[in-house]
Amino acid sequence: MFELIPPAIFMIIGALLIGPARGHLRTAIVLAAPLITLWFIWQVPNGVAYDIAFLDYRIEPLEGSEVRRLFATIFALMAFVGGLYAFRQAKWYELSSAYAYAAGAIGVSFAGDLITLFLYWELMALFSTVVVWCGGTPEARRAGVRYAIMHLLGGVILKVGIEGVIVHTGSIDIRPMLANNFDTWMILTGILINAAAPPVSAWLADSYPNSSATGSVFLSAFTTKTAVLALILLFPGEPALIGIGLFMVMYGIIYALLENDIRRILAYSIVNQVGFMVVAIGIGTHLAINGAAAHAFAHIIYKALLFMSAGVVVYRTGFNRCTDVGGLFRTMPLTAVCGIIGALAISGFPLTSGFTTKTMISQAAADESLVVVYMLLAAASAGVFLHAGIKFPWFVFFQRDSGLRPKDAPWNMGAAMVIFSVLCILLGVAPELLYRFLPYPVEYQAYTAGKVLFYLQLLMFSGLAFFLLLPLMKRTETISLDMDWLWRVLLYKLAVRVYRLASAAGSAVSSAVWAALFQLRNIAHRYLGTSKHATRPGVFTRAWPIGVTALWIAVLLTAYVLVYYF
Amino acid sequence: MMNEPQKPDHWLALPATIKLLWRVFVAVLVVLVLAQAFIYIKGYFGVDGWFGFGAVFGFLSCLVMVLVAKALGFVLKRREDYYDDGERDV
Repeated sequence: MFELIPPAIFMIIGALLIGPARGHLRTAIVLAAPLITLWFIWQVPNGVAYDIAFLDYRIEPLEGSEVRRLFATIFALMAFVGGLYAFRQAKWYELSSAYAYAAGAIGVSFAGDLITLFLYWELMALFSTVVVWCGGTPEARRAGVRYAIMHLLGGVILKVGIEGVIVHTGSIDIRPMLANNFDTWMILTGILINAAAPPVSAWLADSYPNSSATGSVFLSAFTTKTAVLALILLFPGEPALIGIGLFMVMYGIIYALLENDIRRILAYSIVNQVGFMVVAIGIGTHLAINGAAAHAFAHIIYKALLFMSAGVVVYRTGFNRCTDVGGLFRTMPLTAVCGIIGALAISGFPLTSGFTTKTMISQAAADESLVVVYMLLAAASAGVFLHAGIKFPWFVFFQRDSGLRPKDAPWNMGAAMVIFSVLCILLGVAPELLYRFLPYPVEYQAYTAGKVLFYLQLLMFSGLAFFLLLPLMKRTETISLDMDWLWRVLLYKLAVRVYRLASAAGSAVSSAVWAALFQLRNIAHRYLGTSKHATRPGVFTRAWPIGVTALWIAVLLTAYVLVYYF
Repeated sequence: MMNEPQKPDHWLALPATIKLLWRVFVAVLVVLVLAQAFIYIKGYFGVDGWFGFGAVFGFLSCLVMVLVAKALGFVLKRREDYYDDGERDV
């Protein structure tokens, strides 16, 4: 009986109960809801569980498969560790919306049809916006509005595509397709907006760093990775994704190198990492899809770990920028070590989860003889070490002594970081633990001496480049323009210009109308006015002498006679 | 500002330690390149199997990326309050 309930429902119930519950009960709900959900995720059988008639459609709220369970598992795990990290520091409404947001991600994972997928998709958009707003600053409020606009727009585009597919094929099934007509392009575009693909990557780096220290941990996990899952389910092997993914990979590196805000560096590196997955989905072979899924799983863990480490720094110091912090390893050893483990994992260092998952994607590119893709991914791996692997820990925990001596992480934040640090290393040392659950059978050997040596050379010499080029990477108190400049500034200025022009034209017309009315009023006053305040009564309302009246009557009669005869 | 005794900094921040770390780092780099004489790196496209390819490629890609970022920075970087004026009244 319980197996028929979509696991997302348990998460939603948890989100609803967090509000009214108090004290230890709330803590219990925060920690138990994701675990209960996780248990039910593992009860979902392969294939469509059942369908429900809705209008003319057969809705399939629950469809299981390896890759769906894998993503739902990491989403639930993320909610649990994120909840542990946040429950003592975050406001209850932030926790509640983060859980509803996670429920959306889990719902998407098991959605058997496009309509269900869309509903959970919008649930994510709504509650992730609330999480952004929980940043509480005016800047968070504005960034949240921009975030909501972008995601509602993405939702509309997705919906247009879904409607098109339903009308033209009559099917609402989720099945692999290629972007070869308007409908499928709309679906792909809608999904890619959530994946932070160009040209709208900017929403991610705009909103995540403005959320609270705990909120950004949740935000880093769900939206982009559900988009990755949707791409795996709907567009495996879509060639356009390779180019888009490579652009994301490079975009993330370049912007992260320019950035000064600690969490914005990490936000750009989400785009970079999702780019790896998008490339893999574009390659589309079994190894590539395995790589994309495994990398998404590992990525959620180490990226959340990095955001947790940065979150502790923000929580303890109140500073967001590299130029304000530095030398924090002295009093925050745990946060520093966990941050470094996350940084090594994201760089794909041997013995971390990044190595055992990201190299699958490179291998898939090599197997398909995609020379350029392989070389760019290798260069990007070096670049990841540069912008996230060293830059993040170096500028936050070392660099110079900022004089700050904040306390280390509170126990719950520390515990959450330790759990994820252990997982980063565990999946690096024993990748079979993860490989067992991938969508296709894995024959991939993560560790060969040659491969380890190649990546060590690549990474360590990137490290050398970092320290030699440090003078070129001096942090400046700046932000970097992105595509969103087009609408935040250009379109805004254009709109202001048009508004001013229109209002100038409008006021010219209306003042002319007013002048004409004023004239009419004067004329009326002059002839008909009876007002006591007027200096003289109007022409026709004055008391004229009889003689004058008689004279006018004579004139009128004469005129009448003249008109009559001629 | 009493007459506090100057506390020695963390051992990791001492110049001697940093010097030692640099030496170890350079030694590791040298070993990693020389190790290729003993460990075979399979090149998928020929060039990536060359001696020291990973090292040179890693270093050069980083150099290019840093320079590109630096160049783009001249165009893209703005003061932090750049967006504030336009959007204050939104």
